Amino acid sequence: MSDISQNNTSMGWFSAIIRHRSTWPIVALCVILIVDGFISPNFYEIRIVQGRLFGNLIDIMYRAVPTALVAIGMALVIGTKGIDLSVGSIIAICGAVISWRIHAGDTHFVILLYALGAGVMCGVWNGILVAGMGIQPIIATLILMVSGRGVGLLINSLYGGTNPSFESPLLQGLSTGHIWLIPTRLFVAAAVFLGIWLLIRRTALGLFIEAVGGNASSANIAGVNARFITFLAYVICGLCAGWAGVIMTADIHTSDPISVAMYIELDAILAVVIGGASLAGGRIYLGMTIIGALIIQALTTSILISGLRPEYNLVVKAVVVLFVLLLQSANARQAIATIFSRLKR
Amino acid sequence: MTGLGSPRVELRNIHKSFPGVVALDDVNLSFQPGRVHALLGENGAGKSTLIKVLSGALAMDSGQIFLDGQLVDVTSTTAAQAMGISTVFQEVNLIPAMSVVKNMALARNNGRYGFISWKRARKDATDRLKRLRLDIDIERPVGSYSVAIQQLIAISRALEDNTSILVLDEPTASLDAKETASLFAVINELKSNGIAIVFITHFLDQVFDISDDVSILRNGQLVSTDQIKDLTRQDVITQMIGRELDEAEHTAADKSNFTAGKDMLVAKGLGRHRTLAPFDLTLRAGEVVGLAGLLGSGRTEMVKLVFGAIQADAGSIEIDGVKMPKISPQKSLRAGIAFCPEDRKAEGLIGELSIRENIMLSMQAKRGWLKRVSRKEQEKLAEEMIKALAIATPDAEKPVGQLSGGNQQKVVLARSLASTPRILLLDEPTRGIDVGAHAEIIALIRRLCADGMALLVASSELDEIVAAADRVVVMRDRHKIGEIDGKEITRDNIIQMIASQ
Ligand SMILES: Nc1ncnc2c1ncn2[C@@H]1O[C@H](COP(=O)(O)OP(=O)(O)OP(=O)(O)O)[C@@H](O)[C@H]1O
Ligand SMILES: [Mg+2]
Repeated sequence: MSDISQNNTSMGWFSAIIRHRSTWPIVALCVILIVDGFISPNFYEIRIVQGRLFGNLIDIMYRAVPTALVAIGMALVIGTKGIDLSVGSIIAICGAVISWRIHAGDTHFVILLYALGAGVMCGVWNGILVAGMGIQPIIATLILMVSGRGVGLLINSLYGGTNPSFESPLLQGLSTGHIWLIPTRLFVAAAVFLGIWLLIRRTALGLFIEAVGGNASSANIAGVNARFITFLAYVICGLCAGWAGVIMTADIHTSDPISVAMYIELDAILAVVIGGASLAGGRIYLGMTIIGALIIQALTTSILISGLRPEYNLVVKAVVVLFVLLLQSANARQAIATIFSRLKR
Repeated sequence: MTGLGSPRVELRNIHKSFPGVVALDDVNLSFQPGRVHALLGENGAGKSTLIKVLSGALAMDSGQIFLDGQLVDVTSTTAAQAMGISTVFQEVNLIPAMSVVKNMALARNNGRYGFISWKRARKDATDRLKRLRLDIDIERPVGSYSVAIQQLIAISRALEDNTSILVLDEPTASLDAKETASLFAVINELKSNGIAIVFITHFLDQVFDISDDVSILRNGQLVSTDQIKDLTRQDVITQMIGRELDEAEHTAADKSNFTAGKDMLVAKGLGRHRTLAPFDLTLRAGEVVGLAGLLGSGRTEMVKLVFGAIQADAGSIEIDGVKMPKISPQKSLRAGIAFCPEDRKAEGLIGELSIRENIMLSMQAKRGWLKRVSRKEQEKLAEEMIKALAIATPDAEKPVGQLSGGNQQKVVLARSLASTPRILLLDEPTRGIDVGAHAEIIALIRRLCADGMALLVASSELDEIVAAADRVVVMRDRHKIGEIDGKEITRDNIIQMIASQ
């Protein structure tokens, strides 16, 4: 029984690819981009304007950065079988903190630290509620989700709040600037991605998160400090949202707690799920999460350039997302693999 | 073949393979009405897979199933249930947080339009439990009952009025002698009603007690089908594992190496209100302490209190003479204690993670999350453990949830061994493990003990305790009632102590 069956090898690499969890999101992304090529003939064109790359492909990556940053943190939280609804509010708070400290006259590097620190503190708060007090994640993070934007307004009122707009060479450089033709925020996203990847895969944190998400009581009895690990996941998620807050706030040059990053939590959760993770926890796919964020942005962009009436935007998006998620389900993949192997016979 | 009347169920040329594993290879079997048919085989031989195919939980790759002579297509468990094939799976799938009634009601629609009539559900549940002479509070959550009671609940849930064949996958793995006897009474009754019964177990005594026919699977193939009266114990074992096993090593492991060393763990007045009365316990280097008692007597609770998986509200623990300020699984692990829980699915394994990841989890937790065990070391460790415990798997990357029950149990054991403990707490370490591996595990326990480890082994199998232990702690009604050691350790003495008032 434990000998490798012949059957397995003769099914071959083809069905292995069809069954692989990474295949369908990547295919979906390619299909969206190919369709775009038909809709708009010079879709793939990339030109250099004012020492910087321009074009639809660059634009998709550029705009996907905030969602991708948030989704990286969300992937860890979902890995623990949790969820963080408060990321949009964390971004609002970071924005308010940036604007406040600029008006207080801090140096720009210190302001960056303040903003990220605010994100971390929000993560600590969520972590204490979820891991420390045992409140269910959806409820615990709902608290900050609902109150966070109000906190942002309060921070704005610290300095009168009449005119929260600002200029900051450092922050705007990170957000909208470019280095060697390439938008700086792509470097920021890449660095955060790499940092988190190293953190979870070069230490045992990733394994522990997956263990806790897979079965918390088993993990605990195996000696994993489930509460601490869960806490850490929320803190890291807060930090990632903090980075997204810096990028988004610098982009709009102002603190706008009421409407900044509205519904970003939904896009982030979607990106994680499209990337192949399950809300039931237990697995983190960081790379595929980025693909997920790109799919969402590519969709938005293609709907824009297709000239479709804006009313259809969300509907088209929903249909495509549903399709990708279907392909992500193990059952569907199995069925497709079976159909293909029948066809070959 | 048994050559009796027409079979209730006939399986022909059943094939089933999983990636890397042929689980069933051209199996032909038939089950007769009014007879108990035991299905035996090593861990991973394909027993559970066979009954999953029969009960519609898994689709077979090829083959035919005949029910009362008619070819049937068992597409789902519901379809099987409707045809009169009732099954209790190895991994009991009750929902722990839900009450007994609700769990019972889940399996069927008793009301109209998909509504549940709770009045009827309650009556139905009570009736069903009565059939098994089970008198429990049906409003309590299933998880608050012992695994044994849960097992009985699952059986009563599976039994329908039209049941013509009842399949039980290791129903007695966690039952003690008394409960097994009452289950057997029920089985005999069902049998006399003409129901065919398929019974999977690793307890050979029980096979000889209750079954009429025996089929043996090895590596996915049917080795033989015989009537029990034509077989001896030795025949069965030899056919199962494909070699002879000296049963002496099974019942009386070598205890000559016993020399109790220094005290390693001393618990004083440890206890928890309504869980376990305060007790004293000393574990010494090079000594195996057995923990005996009926189900619900507090065995599991004692082990968990010592490990810190349940928080004690009284007493203290000293390790090597140093008092532990607070006991938690993490602290215990760091202090060199490892624990194998009884319920491998709920508290032992992380089903989605691979065998490798499950095995190295405790060791990694002991090191802390910052000092990652390198992939190479992990692979080496996993390979070693798979070899040492003979875990049947094509490779170490298989998700642990896809292993056969006995092999999952071995992974739990492998994890605690990998954390290189000095004190090992085992709760039902051989639950669901086959005869050959059983003897090996008892031998392993003795070997670890000879190396100077301190062990605490809780078990519902008295023979296992008698075979392995140098000292036995006896429990009754959530109290420790005494200890027996040396030559006094016999089955009779333990039973007497449990029974005495
Ligand atoms: N869902 C699955 N995916 C992949 N492999 C599986 C799956 N289920 C079972 N197997 C493999 O099929 C083989 C037979 O498993 P099965 O559960 O039938 O064994 P078993 O005889 O019931 O053993 P045990 O006595 O340990 O319960 C094992 O090697 C197991 O790893
Ligand atoms: Mg089995």
